[in-house]
Amino acid sequence: MEPVLIAMLAVGAIGLIAGALLSIAAKVFYVPVDPRVGQIGDLLPGANCGGCGFAGCLDLAGAIVNGQVPPNACRCASEEANRRIAALIGAALEEREREIACIFCKGDAAHARRRFRYLGIADCRAAELVAGGDKACRYGCLGLGTCVAACIFDALRMGEDGLPVVNPDRCTACGACVRICPRHIPRLVPVSQKAIAFCTSHDPGKAVKEVCEVGCIACGLCKKVCPEKAIEIVSLLAVVDPAKCTGCGKCFEKCPTGIIRPATGEAPLRREAAA
Amino acid sequence: MQDYLLMIVAAVFINNIVLIRFMGNCPLVGVTSSMESAFGMGAAVVFVTTLAGTACWIVQRLVLEPLGIEYLQTLVFILIIASLVQFVEIVLQKTAPPLYRTLGIYLPLITTNCMVFGSSILNIKQDHTFMQTLVFSLASAVGFSLVLVFMAGLRERMEAAGKVPAALCGVPITLITAGMMGLSFAGLLGMAK
Repeated sequence: MEPVLIAMLAVGAIGLIAGALLSIAAKVFYVPVDPRVGQIGDLLPGANCGGCGFAGCLDLAGAIVNGQVPPNACRCASEEANRRIAALIGAALEEREREIACIFCKGDAAHARRRFRYLGIADCRAAELVAGGDKACRYGCLGLGTCVAACIFDALRMGEDGLPVVNPDRCTACGACVRICPRHIPRLVPVSQKAIAFCTSHDPGKAVKEVCEVGCIACGLCKKVCPEKAIEIVSLLAVVDPAKCTGCGKCFEKCPTGIIRPATGEAPLRREAAA
Repeated sequence: MQDYLLMIVAAVFINNIVLIRFMGNCPLVGVTSSMESAFGMGAAVVFVTTLAGTACWIVQRLVLEPLGIEYLQTLVFILIIASLVQFVEIVLQKTAPPLYRTLGIYLPLITTNCMVFGSSILNIKQDHTFMQTLVFSLASAVGFSLVLVFMAGLRERMEAAGKVPAALCGVPITLITAGMMGLSFAGLLGMAK
């Protein structure tokens, strides 16, 4: 037989056998996949940020189809996309308010003491391991920008004062910064929240005053002055209930360390006048 | 027994398929940004290379050589490896969903990986018996995974240290690291054939 013919036949036969095996396998080992998973996957942002708690957008799509999570479980999807996803699986859409990340510390270099000079790896998680961080306050922001590096939406940057700054337009509340911070300083708050106590310290007032000028000393003045009873002192830390707060601003004026502020974070008027 | 032991040591360390034979450099850069993906890719490669190596050996001995068409080796081996990977993917998806979720994303990457193809060719070139093929393929793939894991560990540390100059971040520093690792592995050269 012609050598060319042999070669053609042999390779053709191997190809055919492989093809046949594959098509048989595809039939025998067929896994039914709900087509809606792919459709929902297309509607989701595709950033695979993991903010929903699933491994990726397609994983979440599968969970939505199975009904494990509501159709608007993705924190980043637009309202339009959420509506279309809900329509796809025929479930009602529950309205949920948009959240953004907020940095719960105002202890910058000018206001918070440091115990030593940290020269190690520029990562808050590493700094936290070195005798609990260089900051005198064991609750405060270490300011090495681990949360900034973790943000895949470019919504965080390091401010000039050494504290991270959130860009509210870009923040999708995916929670990456919340999870990575060793001190849990970025937290998610509803966009409508008007007053925030920008501190996470549970130390008593005297201890806070020793290490930081802008910490919550748990004096309770804000709680007394609040007409809506929206502020509670929870283990020596003022916490504002966003559902009750009307943003009247009485607490801004009263707070002796000026740590209860408008949610935008700027210092209250009283302190500016004093300075 | 001793021969097999020597073969394993040679394939894993001395003639390492990535650093000495320069095969499979794409995943060395591509999937080593985290330990987790390096392990996943490594496991998938060990699995596929062993299967593909033996399958290619069988086809070579039973089809190509009797028909005198060894010159079609490249074409046929690629065909076999590609369909084998596809087959494994389909079977895994049905029978072992957890394994599929771990290995699944790496399987398509392996279809065109020259390391799998290279070790299959080496089996034929070095005139291995069937058992030798099995052992050599497995050991080559283990050597590959080992380097992948080393690289991922180094990269994770370098990234955490944050001392890499901006101009070298990412692929450049990875290639430099790969070169240094290659040099250190080259120190073992000549200890086995």
